Amino acid sequence: MTDAAIDTTRGAGAPNYLTAGTRVRSWLLSTDHKRIAILYFATITVFFMIGGAAATLMRMELFTPEADVVSADGYNKLFTLHGVIMVFFFLVPAIPTTLGNFILPLAIGARDMAFPRVNLISWYLTLSGGMLALASMLLGGVDTGWTFYTPYSSVYSNSYVTLAALGVFISGFGNIATGVNFIVTVHTQRAPGLGWRRLPLFVWSIYATSIIFVLGTPALAVALLMVVVERLFGLGLLDPARGGDPILFQHVFWFYSHPAVYIMVLPAMGVVTEVITCFARRRVFGYTMMVGAMLAIAVVSFFVWGHHMFVSGQSLYASLIFSFLSFVIAVPSAIKVFNWTATLYGGHITFESPMLYAMGFVGLFTLGGLTGLFLASVPIDVHVHDTYFIVAHFHYIMVGGSVAAFFAGLHFWWPKITGRTYNERMARAAAILMFLGFNFTFFPQFIVGYLGMPRRYHVYLDQFQVWNVASSLGAVILAAAYILPLCYLGWSLIGGHKAGDDPWEATGLEWQTSSPPPEHNFERLPLVTEEAYAYHEKHEHPKERGGGNQDSQGTGHRTRQERSGGRHGPGPHADNPAGGGR
Amino acid sequence: MTPESVHAAEPNQPFLRWSRQREATTFGLWIFLASEMVFFGALMMGYAMHRYLWPDAFEVAGAHTNIWYGSINTAILLTSSATMAVAAWAARDGLRRTVLTGLGLTAALGMAFLVLKGFEYREDFNEDLIPGIVAFPLDPPQTQIFFSYYWMMTGIHAVHLTIGIGAVLTVAWVVAKGRTDWTQSGTLHGLALYWHLIDVIWIFLYPLLYLVGRG
Amino acid sequence: MNGAWGPGAASANVQGFDTLFTALVILSVVIVLLVGGLVVVFGVRFRKGTKVERHAVPTLVSREVEIGWTAATAFIAIFIFWWAASFRITGAVIPDDALEIHVEAKQWMWKVEHPSGARELNALHVPRGQPVVLKMASQDVIHSFFVPAFRLKQDVVPGRISILYFEPTRTGRYPLECAEYCGTDHARMGGEVVVMEPELYASWTAAQPQADNLAREGAALFTAAGCSGCHSPASSVHAPQLDGVYGRVVNLIDGRSVVADEPYIRDSILRPARDVVAGYDPIMPTDFSRILDDGEITALVSYIRELGAGMPPGDETLRSPMMETDR
Repeated sequence: MTDAAIDTTRGAGAPNYLTAGTRVRSWLLSTDHKRIAILYFATITVFFMIGGAAATLMRMELFTPEADVVSADGYNKLFTLHGVIMVFFFLVPAIPTTLGNFILPLAIGARDMAFPRVNLISWYLTLSGGMLALASMLLGGVDTGWTFYTPYSSVYSNSYVTLAALGVFISGFGNIATGVNFIVTVHTQRAPGLGWRRLPLFVWSIYATSIIFVLGTPALAVALLMVVVERLFGLGLLDPARGGDPILFQHVFWFYSHPAVYIMVLPAMGVVTEVITCFARRRVFGYTMMVGAMLAIAVVSFFVWGHHMFVSGQSLYASLIFSFLSFVIAVPSAIKVFNWTATLYGGHITFESPMLYAMGFVGLFTLGGLTGLFLASVPIDVHVHDTYFIVAHFHYIMVGGSVAAFFAGLHFWWPKITGRTYNERMARAAAILMFLGFNFTFFPQFIVGYLGMPRRYHVYLDQFQVWNVASSLGAVILAAAYILPLCYLGWSLIGGHKAGDDPWEATGLEWQTSSPPPEHNFERLPLVTEEAYAYHEKHEHPKERGGGNQDSQGTGHRTRQERSGGRHGPGPHADNPAGGGR
Repeated sequence: MTPESVHAAEPNQPFLRWSRQREATTFGLWIFLASEMVFFGALMMGYAMHRYLWPDAFEVAGAHTNIWYGSINTAILLTSSATMAVAAWAARDGLRRTVLTGLGLTAALGMAFLVLKGFEYREDFNEDLIPGIVAFPLDPPQTQIFFSYYWMMTGIHAVHLTIGIGAVLTVAWVVAKGRTDWTQSGTLHGLALYWHLIDVIWIFLYPLLYLVGRG
Repeated sequence: MNGAWGPGAASANVQGFDTLFTALVILSVVIVLLVGGLVVVFGVRFRKGTKVERHAVPTLVSREVEIGWTAATAFIAIFIFWWAASFRITGAVIPDDALEIHVEAKQWMWKVEHPSGARELNALHVPRGQPVVLKMASQDVIHSFFVPAFRLKQDVVPGRISILYFEPTRTGRYPLECAEYCGTDHARMGGEVVVMEPELYASWTAAQPQADNLAREGAALFTAAGCSGCHSPASSVHAPQLDGVYGRVVNLIDGRSVVADEPYIRDSILRPARDVVAGYDPIMPTDFSRILDDGEITALVSYIRELGAGMPPGDETLRSPMMETDR
């Protein structure tokens, strides 16, 4: 951390955030949101590889119906490791803490997050939580599954449940702090002129996600706390012999963990919107609806948790209400898919790698969402609940969806983050390979789940083998597709060409500063004079500019069409957004 | 440091104006408090469910908490909120000595609460009111559920209070040393918000744990 | 069909399930083709450099489009909900003459006890065409009774009786699996469900070694566990007589009245002080949960039920929503 006074008028030769300090200390104690984002990148990449290694072993085991690679307990520990690491230490933090941390302040023209020190502390919390969870796995493993269902986890499991639960618990505080930070940042740090209706949808998506972070995570904390105190002190909240109820845990757990699915997928939706608009050179179709859909998802996601418990013995009427609400939440999700599709209409579309990843997201998310309709129907869920159908469904949403979007965002902002370009041909190949490998791996799981193969089985009936072999072969392709970016992105750091400030000719404020950005983001703090995604202004014929509304999509936010002063004129930084109060 | 140099201090990065920093601090605290409400709300929801299922057991068990400790502690905590409020509002007018007195009293009252709570815990311990032990003294067995909530809720509340006392002392030290422009920053108001939350939570816990058995 | 291409179809529930499932598959294919088709068409037509005219969509049209697809999506969602919900509700009514079979789940086996007293392990024989209701209890963790060929599963949660109702329609052997993760040998906690012609089922049960039937075992326990010390006509202790209590409405000391159904009797053994019958003191010992295991309590309940045989069955309204099982 440098304490030197910040001169925002420094010249072009000034050091960027990467070169501002080279000592380890200058990274580990940095309060710069960009450096913290890099710390998160490193952390989640390591966790992703650990979780991926566990998945590889599981797919090897499932190649045959017999137990031939690992023991029963070994397999149980593997899928717990895979689930806990991937959900709590990769998917949940993935987009918000890396791309969100890096891009959000830039995208709103801020110098940093509202609470830079809190931001750093969040990373330490996430890291130490992850370390505890990892320690529990190394000491001997946890065998409860990532869902920690009681009374198995609270009484019967002889593994390191307490340590793993504490790890998740602690990282939860990191998530809450990150959520608070994002919300306050969006409220107080927007550049002048950047009103709520001009915010890029990525910012909105992180905002909606933060609401879930703040209001959902404490429920997870309580659920885990109940397990821990029952294990350590023998309190009886979940023990039927003393009047406790193991189902109570499921209610509290899913009150967080269903919204958590949207923690994973909302930011993905935001990223994809940025990418699709940029490569279609088109304003997003139905901005207001897109924002409304995200906020609706964030709110309704808190009222659908009971659809995880249709077969738990929950009253039929409760099940039907939760079923209804689950159908309700499908509507805003569908609207988003339609709006992305409609955004392509009338564009000048190019298919660079971020766009390929984003289109992959749209396809896989659509499939994942549609199978969600199956699961929201009570009678169908009764059959496919806890089978591979569910496994396939949530992997379509979280891996097909979120991870594809993470890669879309990573490729889109890579030139901004590192100042380098990567090998585009390799990147396109990886994007296509990932899409194919993903479907090859997970589509067979829908079928084998429908046929009745329960999840968390290391041995299975012979008739399921053909689908498991297909899935395992697909996993080989998928693994290759995940390793590929590691290579060409890594190489780009050494051998990549210098990227310009705005290599994609994108409109977001983050592209107004240099690549990589200077320590305090902007040489001159921007003044925003128009709404987001004004691609048509850049790319339509100049003669049409002054004329009538060439592009009338996105009704209602065409109030100010100031063209005289350029897009982002220089202006003194007042950290009070003029349009903020609307 | 002289008072003049204190007042020349800049707001923290990334803020350029104090008003904005104050606004951000209090707003951030409010959101954090919402998060805390969900945390305690989840516990209270569980409590409500179990009380609905086992009203008799809750009545029996509720009569075995010590209402004297509970009531005195309630009075102490409410008073501490008043002293905290004094400190927070005095800060706006730059009344350094009042702020320090207020903070000192607040921390002292908080500690008094914890000491009394400690005595109460010792008494509970001597009476074997610990769920999960072989010979739990009360009947029916669901009384243990009540005491599970009792230990969890008061324990977590005590942890919050301990953190609060630490924060109060830290801020008092910062004010005493003049390390930040405490009249301008939102620090004291943020601190007060947190302290009042601890107080409000206790106001809910007190009837749930001490009064239900004595209706 | 029961293999790599279909989960088999062996219960009355399957046909409705398959119709709904197929409808959803068709809907999904249509939507995927629609979205995918539009993406491809737009992607090709509006790729950079093509000479197509790129008109703007008038505000009014774009608003209509948005309202249109929002309404359409909402309509489809509500329609599927209505279909699924009504199917589920009609399937949830259990006929009175259903054959009641007790299932006990524990790590990692299924213990089955037929009304005749026949017992089996990791297998369930049922007669074709006869409605069957399983009353299931768990001795340890949550398990889940899953028969893919029936398209049904039900979690078996410790501390409550879980109910699964089905009507087998086709003879054959079908896999039974545990669907809720329950520990080391979760994947091996399976067996088979054998659907037999009713006559064969009758001869099968007759051929089983006649273990004590549940109620007889319960009668022995009634003495052995000391229940009869108070609950018998000869006893000097003032305790309720249990003859004919099953199914009757019982008045409680606090003015409420409940139906003495199975969950009530079970609770009264485990938590006697909770619902005390009017006119009696709460003097019953409370530690039966430590003395008796789940199977023994089931036997006792079944004995007390037998004592009440012949009485008109009471309204089977359940006592508390938390204890409600899926029926």
